[in-house]
Amino acid sequence: MTYVADVTALARKDLKVELRARDTLPAMLLFVLSTLVVFRFALPNDSGGDAAYGLLWVAIVFTALLGLARAWVPEHEHGVLDGLVLAPCDRSAIWFAKTLATLAFLLAAQVVALPAFALFFAPLDATAVAGVLLADIGICVVGSLLAAMAAAGRARELLLPLLVLPLSIPLVVGGVGSAISPDGGRFLLFLVLYDAVFAVLSWASFEYVITE
Amino acid sequence: MEKRFGLRRVLLGVSFELGRGETLVVTGANGSGKTTLLRLLVGLAAPSRGTLEVDADRGRIGFLSHEPLVYRELTALENLDLFGRLYRVPERRERIGMLFERFGLWEARHERVHAYSQGMSQRLALCRALLHDPELLVLDEPFAALDEAGSALLDAELAALVGTRTLVVSTHDPARIERHATSRLALT
Repeated sequence: MTYVADVTALARKDLKVELRARDTLPAMLLFVLSTLVVFRFALPNDSGGDAAYGLLWVAIVFTALLGLARAWVPEHEHGVLDGLVLAPCDRSAIWFAKTLATLAFLLAAQVVALPAFALFFAPLDATAVAGVLLADIGICVVGSLLAAMAAAGRARELLLPLLVLPLSIPLVVGGVGSAISPDGGRFLLFLVLYDAVFAVLSWASFEYVITE
Repeated sequence: MEKRFGLRRVLLGVSFELGRGETLVVTGANGSGKTTLLRLLVGLAAPSRGTLEVDADRGRIGFLSHEPLVYRELTALENLDLFGRLYRVPERRERIGMLFERFGLWEARHERVHAYSQGMSQRLALCRALLHDPELLVLDEPFAALDEAGSALLDAELAALVGTRTLVVSTHDPARIERHATSRLALT
């Protein structure tokens, strides 16, 4: 129960900081919307719906990167991460809370992105939406850990995409597959497996990422 | 003990022992390794060579850094409430209120930290370091940014803690803390 209380307190703090600073969410919303608009005009009218699903995933991955790049900024201002690391709580709670907060921002961006995609390109069925949700979880799970690693370095803006993009490839494969394959359920299962494996790895390794 | 930063080495040959309830004053020029030593003591870094044993749980160490270690977008009260939860401080609200009163921040407790002056941030940082009534209190330049009134408050706080808590204080102004010192460490 203490672990859950710590995660809740930290995640609530992340949401409160973002609601006041408004550094991340408006940028994510504008980015995902403007990307879809650009794709709408860039894609030839006779191109198939499958190509459009690929573009949706480009928009989703880069919107997530935008959020992840800002995820640990409040902790690095005023050295707050040191304060959190010194607290006697389980350090993985810091990662878990950051993952939940980043996921909340990404889901808020999807609330705009998915209807816009359906309007501009093609409708999304329940399997495709489930694929997006599962891939969102995967990006946030692994991205929060990698963003913490990148934030500790000097070239964090450069480092983060280099770390996150290769690990996002399976999520894109699973997400696109769930939208266009007749056997979308198998791709959903793959995404669940990816999320579970990387959640355990990130949870277990976070302490070593933030301590010397 | 020794700590390496690339080719640069600090704290070469530093060795000391500090008993419970003692006060160590650490002095030295800029770059001599005072802050590094304090970060090693609280567990935020590890020595590159040698050993460092601290007989205090993580949750029983209080640390005042050069940075206030608080969120700029949260109010002072929200910050201490968060850290109070994470440190499992019993009767958290009462303890926070008492510290705000003691350090003159009660009136400003609902203000966001980004609106605080440097001196107020330092007072808040002291409140955060003392919040969980630590056994070992590690203070890095605690008088920095404090005005006369703030320094007097800190003097009184340290006087009350001396002998009952283990203190490690780094300073460029040793005269201020000299009367409390039981050990001294001059880094070169």
